[in-house]
Amino acid sequence: MIDIDPNALPQTDPIRRSRVSAAKAPWWLWVASLLIVLPLGLAIVALLVRVLDATDSAWSTLLSIRTLELVWRSFALTALVTMAATAIGVAGAWILARTDIGFKRMWGVAFALPLVIPSYVIAMVLVSSSGPRGLVAQLVGFEIPRLTGFPGAWVALTLATYPYVYLITAASIGRIDPALEEAARGLGASPWRVFRTVVLPQLRPAVGAGALLAALYTLSDFGAVSLMRFDAFTRVIYAQYSGRIDRSPAIVLSIVLILFASVIIWAERRTSGRGTTFSSTPNRPPALHRLRGAKHVLAVAGLGTVVVIGTVIPIGVLTTWVARGAYHGADISVPWNAVVGSLTGGSLAALVAMVFTVPIVVLAVRYASKRTMLLERSVFVIFSLPHITIAIAVVAFTIRWARPVYQTMFVLVTVYAGMFIAQSTSAAKASLLQVDPAVEDASRSLGRGPFATLMRVTVPLMAKGLLAGGALVFVTTLKELPVTLLLSPPGFSTLAVRVWAAADELLYTRAATAALILIAMSVLPVYFLSIKPKAVVER
Amino acid sequence: MRRITLLAVVAAIVASGCSSSGDAHITLYSGRSEDLVQPVIDAFTKDTGINVVVKYADSADLAGTILEEGAASPADVFFAQDPASLGTVALAGLFETLPNELLGKVPSRFSDDAGHWVGTSGRARVVVYDPTSVSEATLPPTEDAFVDEQWKGRVGIAPTNGSFLAFVAAKILIDGEESTLTWLKGMAANNSPTYPKNSPIVAAVNAGEIDAGLVNHYYLLRALSENPDVVGLNYFFPEPTAGSLVMPAGAGILSSSEHKDEGRTFIEWLLNDESQTYFADETFEYPMVPGVAANPALPPIDTIATPDINLSDLAGVLDLATDLVADAGLL
Repeated sequence: MIDIDPNALPQTDPIRRSRVSAAKAPWWLWVASLLIVLPLGLAIVALLVRVLDATDSAWSTLLSIRTLELVWRSFALTALVTMAATAIGVAGAWILARTDIGFKRMWGVAFALPLVIPSYVIAMVLVSSSGPRGLVAQLVGFEIPRLTGFPGAWVALTLATYPYVYLITAASIGRIDPALEEAARGLGASPWRVFRTVVLPQLRPAVGAGALLAALYTLSDFGAVSLMRFDAFTRVIYAQYSGRIDRSPAIVLSIVLILFASVIIWAERRTSGRGTTFSSTPNRPPALHRLRGAKHVLAVAGLGTVVVIGTVIPIGVLTTWVARGAYHGADISVPWNAVVGSLTGGSLAALVAMVFTVPIVVLAVRYASKRTMLLERSVFVIFSLPHITIAIAVVAFTIRWARPVYQTMFVLVTVYAGMFIAQSTSAAKASLLQVDPAVEDASRSLGRGPFATLMRVTVPLMAKGLLAGGALVFVTTLKELPVTLLLSPPGFSTLAVRVWAAADELLYTRAATAALILIAMSVLPVYFLSIKPKAVVER
Repeated sequence: MRRITLLAVVAAIVASGCSSSGDAHITLYSGRSEDLVQPVIDAFTKDTGINVVVKYADSADLAGTILEEGAASPADVFFAQDPASLGTVALAGLFETLPNELLGKVPSRFSDDAGHWVGTSGRARVVVYDPTSVSEATLPPTEDAFVDEQWKGRVGIAPTNGSFLAFVAAKILIDGEESTLTWLKGMAANNSPTYPKNSPIVAAVNAGEIDAGLVNHYYLLRALSENPDVVGLNYFFPEPTAGSLVMPAGAGILSSSEHKDEGRTFIEWLLNDESQTYFADETFEYPMVPGVAANPALPPIDTIATPDINLSDLAGVLDLATDLVADAGLL
């Protein structure tokens, strides 16, 4: 299971803040961390400064009643998506970890798979398969109500985000000691009571971590809300950006989103700080609940419904489009250029993110302080920004201050890594928390310097979490659109771009071909994320 | 060992990505999608030996990017979907004036007054409708009637989309700011469903979700080419109005370009018979060069009741158009 620890998120845990925290962090850890955070941070700050002398109309946009209404709508959507994603993610993780349901490996992969489908593809597929003339009605004869507006956005984004909660919670369940649950059961507590009073409190930080990623993703999403025709904040930012020559209203509106995200991050921190965790690896497997009769049916039906809507229908619809187009003579050739582009962008971004995750996580865990907390939180604020805002900021910044690298792979990969590093720090922090600082102390007392200790002791010990983080960054980069469009070097293309462009022209066959290749490319990392770590890491 | 293999693979991928630079080449910013124009570009490279490195993105986004880049833009040619994006760059003074022999190939109403850009293919604004729920006879002579009670909740629009905003800009030029705002407010009050762009409107009409929508003419034909079961039909307003405007996609050469000759050769290529026929047959647009036949499924371009406005003026009222759309509560 992927190891994203509860504590991976910006929060303090006084017990585990270990004795090393009193020590002063080596300067090069800070330099390395800031190398990835500072460029993006500076670009965004520069953008905001530029807006200070924005036109009056830009500021009046910000203060209008309409803005308040949009904040409310985005808030409601984010809250409901987060709740649904949390419920589905936690339930799925618990069923797969603690019951004797069959085909766990298959369920595990299928349940995590919506993570790799871009949210605008999920939305496009749901829109076109529902309704009286939708694909489902045509193929099966059973009409599902047309999904649009709030319900549509809610379903699409819940599907796109519950895998975060699921993966993080599943990892955490694997690490809690089943002895406590068994004791509670032995004392006569019902399974539900055990779950509520014993399991859930231990999972609380993990669930919070997943819910935070889900909430921030929802807040920054543009593709799904626009296709579902739900009036969220990002839709207006985008409209203000592309609909006029003066860009300042779009930027001013982005400020609201930054504040919004900061509040969510702060709130998550406030509530999950009290959680208890036991990050020891349990030395024996848990006794599994036996699912019999109605319960078995219920569990399979529950998992099945989610997998059907989130994985089977999207892939089925895409396949149908390819087949229908091929039948009518449409071009279904593989866009090799885009395949190479996606692979290059995704793997370089994952590699860079993994490299810079090390100093950030080591600072946060081994040298925890107010400053390292700020570092960690800024990583999450960047993750929550709409990609279009980041793209505008970086275009303006590189044109003015870093002209030679403008529209190069260097900038594109740096931005990918910086945008998504919150995911890999989350994953890696969990691993590092399980490494006893005494091991590092021993290395140092035996004459290794801090850098040698980091490279030869710390990094190998946290490799599992780092790789999981890299896989997450790879998968997310593959889905990215606005930054790719604006920052990529001329001639560079990705599968996500091909999906978007073809769908925009109603060329569903080509869009579906590219989307299916994109999903296929992400299946391997997801498989890696959802199998037990022993098989992969402890070779 | 494994790490080294990984690095080698990454290095090989990077190297393969960076190794395309012929002698003669241009950098093209294309707001038109790869699916539609790459075949034309490939034919150009094959014939002339000039390599074209393309950056594909949304037309309005690319116009904004060129404005940011200013005189140091890496682009040689900007190929955009609509006159508003082209006009944005022209207004900023970043386009070269094109030679008369290029401009002369297309009717003057489809190129810039000052010769900064030239239209390469035409796109008409139309109403796409569902004939199973609307008969053609009940469709109004202009878009103005869509604010009436009988169309409540039935007509889809894409208020944030570039071509809709260009249509609003045209409406401002034709009907004035005030009556355009009144119309937009009427559409909002009539609960007209809003979509992010044209293609979902056409999809929604075909799905029976809405009865009609304001879009460009070619989406329906493309959907039909992949799926003959599509039910929608196009309706051209019989009276000259912003809703029946023909707006060309077009191209211009950046004045900062160091490859202006190659850029001119490229635009010339877009206007030759081969490319114009491609636009007519494959992307279902109107050819701009007289003598090349439009797709037989379309009414001839001369029969479309196009209003008399200057397309070069569109960019000047683009921000106002967005303001009005926002004021009407449609953003």
